[in-house]
Amino acid sequence: MSNLIKDNAIVADEWTRVTPPSLGEETVRKQAGKVVLFKLTGEETFSAEQIAATQIPAGNALVPFTVWRANKDALASRVSQGEIGLLIATHEAIEDVMAEVKDINAFALVAVYVERFADGRIFTIGNLLRTRHDFKNELRAVGDVLRDQLFFLKRSGFNSYLIRADRSATEALASLKDFSEPYQGAVDIAQPAWRRTTR
Amino acid sequence: MYKYDAIDQQIVNERVAQYRDQTNRYLAGELSEDEFRPLRLQNGLYIQRQAPMLRIAVPYGMLSSRQLRKLGNIAKKYDKAYGHFSTRQNLQLNWPKLEDVPEILAELATVEMHAIQTSGNCIRNITTDQFAGVAPDEVIDPRAMAEVLRQWSTFHPEFALLPRKFKIAVSGTEQDRAIVQAHDIGMEFYIDTKGKTAIKVWVGGGLGRTPILGTVIREHLEWQHALTYCEAIIRVYNVHGRRDNAYKARIKILVKALGIEDFKQQVEAEWLHLKDNPNTITEAELARVGQHFEAMPYESLPAHDSSFDSAIASNPAFAAWLKRCAHTHKQAGYRAVTLSLKPHGHAPGDATSEQMAIVADLADAYSFGELRVSHEQNLILADVKLSNLFPLWEKARAAGLATPNVGLLTDIICCPGGDFCSLANAKSIPIAEAIQMQFDNLDYLHDIGDLELNISGCMNACGHHHVGHIGILGVDKDGSEWYQVSIGGKQGNDASIGLVIGPSFSAEEMPGVVQRLIEVYIQERTPEERFIDTVRRIGVPPFKAHVYAEKQGQSKDAANV
Repeated sequence: MSNLIKDNAIVADEWTRVTPPSLGEETVRKQAGKVVLFKLTGEETFSAEQIAATQIPAGNALVPFTVWRANKDALASRVSQGEIGLLIATHEAIEDVMAEVKDINAFALVAVYVERFADGRIFTIGNLLRTRHDFKNELRAVGDVLRDQLFFLKRSGFNSYLIRADRSATEALASLKDFSEPYQGAVDIAQPAWRRTTR
Repeated sequence: MYKYDAIDQQIVNERVAQYRDQTNRYLAGELSEDEFRPLRLQNGLYIQRQAPMLRIAVPYGMLSSRQLRKLGNIAKKYDKAYGHFSTRQNLQLNWPKLEDVPEILAELATVEMHAIQTSGNCIRNITTDQFAGVAPDEVIDPRAMAEVLRQWSTFHPEFALLPRKFKIAVSGTEQDRAIVQAHDIGMEFYIDTKGKTAIKVWVGGGLGRTPILGTVIREHLEWQHALTYCEAIIRVYNVHGRRDNAYKARIKILVKALGIEDFKQQVEAEWLHLKDNPNTITEAELARVGQHFEAMPYESLPAHDSSFDSAIASNPAFAAWLKRCAHTHKQAGYRAVTLSLKPHGHAPGDATSEQMAIVADLADAYSFGELRVSHEQNLILADVKLSNLFPLWEKARAAGLATPNVGLLTDIICCPGGDFCSLANAKSIPIAEAIQMQFDNLDYLHDIGDLELNISGCMNACGHHHVGHIGILGVDKDGSEWYQVSIGGKQGNDASIGLVIGPSFSAEEMPGVVQRLIEVYIQERTPEERFIDTVRRIGVPPFKAHVYAEKQGQSKDAANV
């Protein structure tokens, strides 16, 4: 059974997530260049060798940002056919992603990978994609996605959630409705409570 | 004070249901310890040494008598019939059962209370001056804005899982009493040159392991933009704050790492996008919330009351209490009163269920049914008529709530420490009690005068020891408990972080160490100087010399024998 929730229903996942192969003795790079990215312990940045060795299957493929960037030209026609989804990790700066992307709406799917539940950067990334970069298509949360994040994810602009494999998506669905009238304006409901109703 | 409408009530009710479900899933083994931790913390539930600890939110320190009565009942029913008022103006229960917490929250919801975001890596309780609305030096009553901030920050989706906890304080007085400079964001309200309400915004302050006073990020912000400007600050922090090391994850570290100019540029750039979004506060919304904080229906009274004056003249104990515990008021014929939760030899900030019921009754009888919790861990009745001060004092005294030590050495600010808290390196309550007993002479205490003594059981600094005139920090050395002493810390407009005087002391030495610090002060002070003034004038060395000379002297004597 699928563990994907999209627009308040459990649906089949039509995307294959592409993961660069691990190359045996490769060392995990914890930071790129001189820019110190304050990452979660254990976050991985894919090496050039790993990226080069990545196979992108036919059909709908969800491709990590760095892999897509390295194969941008080769993938251009598949992007325009709606076959390529873009997978952003929470430690990747959204400005860097947008600097490479001409039209974010060319992607049928953008997913944000959160390695640990406690990593709240995913909410800001979702918000910026929707409000600043006008992304209109499916925005999906993947990784350590559990039901107690869903309400916040929804309010931050996500409309699909791949629930962690060992948890029930059916039960998670209920959490989208944890609160009926939120106080503050956010992505899904832009107006705060006091602008929506007479209090 | 603020009264819930249907939306407010629905949110706390839904929270009770959500947390009940989360607890059930945890007890059924469907949530691991690690997965349940952030959920229970965002509801104020810690797992401590003896039992869980539940922190109940008291937004900006305001309570109604009904709420306090309920808190007393809850403490009796689910705990050991007492609670601890904290330096964040909240109430902590030290012994509730994990499985009872949903029921406690359900009871709290019936009196418009909750434990939302009282812990965890999110925006915490908004704090302010305990004399808000009644202080003579107040320019703007900050409570309406504090409530607007409370609602905005409650379940803010983008800031639900920040790198670390996030504390906001607001203040609207000439003399800051909310320690705005020791908060992640401090908002100081003032009237600008055009006669409009404006905010001076401080950022990156905080005590804890790395004490840093905040820096002004914006001298002038129109009040309408309070929320969107906070969103800009917290967004930059959420994206760039460190998540690899909890000790370096507060916003103050990011501000220091980038430098205030760079940080400010990023915030301002972000704010250009957020400014004027729908979270921009309107006059109508501020007025809607503000009507809950309008002045009480005061009687118009003369500035003097003859029965009050004669009670002072005939009763020195009453006069002594007034001197420390009654505070001037905006309204003629009224005083604000601090009920001391610092009787000598008791855990600072603790109140029994019975005392809570008594204070609730006193609030009903003498102060329009409302009260406040101060970050100094006392309770305040803000609106008492002069003619009621004497009967109030008699009743408060009978209940052990009238120790005339507010603002004095024994009004110790103190965290629960190693007796309860699993984070603590050392006990703090027994140290506070020992110092109180050492100075258990009211004439001597009054002669020493204004002095703030703060104790924290670990570097997390819940006892705010960095800003105590005398600060005591529990440290762990090879598995035993030691105490590091600093002097010269101060809260207020001219806030400062105290300086450590030297190597740490054992618990038994602590009352003597404080005694010797006081001896230096008594000897060196000019007639008008408070302890802190003398420290600032003569510096640490004379204090250090006296405290450690005595120590060395003792060991020399011992060697000579």
